[in-house]
Amino acid sequence: MCRVVDLQQAVLAKNDRAAQTLRAELAARGTTVVNMLSSPGSGKTALLERELVLARERSVPVAALTADLATENDAARLARSGVPVKQVLTDGLCHLESAMLAGHLEGWLPDATRLLFVENVGNLVCPASYDLGETLRVVLASVTEGEDKPLKYPTAFGLAQLVVVTKTDIAEAVGFDESAFRANVEQVNPGVEVLLTSARSDLGVGALLERALAAADGAPVHTPVMAREPHLHTHTHDHTNDSRTHTHDHTNGTGVMTQSGS
Amino acid sequence: MHEMSIALAVIGQVEEAAERAGGVTAVRSVRLQVGELAGVVPDALSFCFELACAGTVLEGAELVTDTVPGRARCAPCAHEWSVGMPPLLSCPRCDGGGTDLLSGRELQIVGVQWEDGSTPASTPEPIPEER
Repeated sequence: MCRVVDLQQAVLAKNDRAAQTLRAELAARGTTVVNMLSSPGSGKTALLERELVLARERSVPVAALTADLATENDAARLARSGVPVKQVLTDGLCHLESAMLAGHLEGWLPDATRLLFVENVGNLVCPASYDLGETLRVVLASVTEGEDKPLKYPTAFGLAQLVVVTKTDIAEAVGFDESAFRANVEQVNPGVEVLLTSARSDLGVGALLERALAAADGAPVHTPVMAREPHLHTHTHDHTNDSRTHTHDHTNGTGVMTQSGS
Repeated sequence: MHEMSIALAVIGQVEEAAERAGGVTAVRSVRLQVGELAGVVPDALSFCFELACAGTVLEGAELVTDTVPGRARCAPCAHEWSVGMPPLLSCPRCDGGGTDLLSGRELQIVGVQWEDGSTPASTPEPIPEER
């Protein structure tokens, strides 16, 4: 016979649980994760390379994991900094999930790592939905991408704890309207900090490292409006031994609520 | 396009629930709540869901999605508004200082309809004259 069963489970509960576990495990060994999201070609790798070099010069133990659909080009670039770097090939998958990340860290992440930078797959849609156990989520956009990027990709920008503008050395040439960009960020994520950077001209280089270290030291990070959900009944806790599941019997076999004959 | 991953997550959770319940022979439908700001496209999700259900106890199951509009409230001035798309999450009335998102981020399995081998506890008497 047909039953209607209430489940009330968050679709991404499994990923959220794995992310919580990973966050706790990494915290216990003193590692903080920075999850970096952007579209392809925004200059994540160039900026990250500079930040990694700075970290090494300052003797901050950092590591980086970079995810792409194919090629090890980004890992090769980041490895020039001299810090531990790992390339993850997603084989076509458009985003990282926390269980995948945990698997890649096992046996690779050096014990004393203070900061782990995760360069997510270049994509502003899918990675936004997946918590990777990070403490700081950074969304980057280059000045060439247009001021309305935050409005076109509201989930990515709306959930960012830090927004980084890259390639500002060419801002004037491409007519980047900084105040319009800031207003658009403010619309989807009021209060989030916007950092201006240029890996080429050195502007703002080191700021990402500073924000990441502050977060690792327990300084409060921005809570986006989209991440504040006072009345949302999302359950990320375990329902494995689910006593919440209850069933309604439907004797007519169609699942439509009807009175059974008596 | 992470809708395939989302579809697989839905199917995995329904399969687990069916296993826990025991005796489930087929899943007829799955009802989801999808918030406007969840970052998921219901049509793409339905397409992926149909493909990914093949060969599972969910084969042929219908995916019913209820869209949940995004609504926000300004903590300082208590103004409430529909956030729209792209969303407006800073208060349109005052300078703000604190917005609460009331709804719109849902991505939730609400319930399922499935067939199991059991018979109703009290079988109603068939009434032939009522067909």
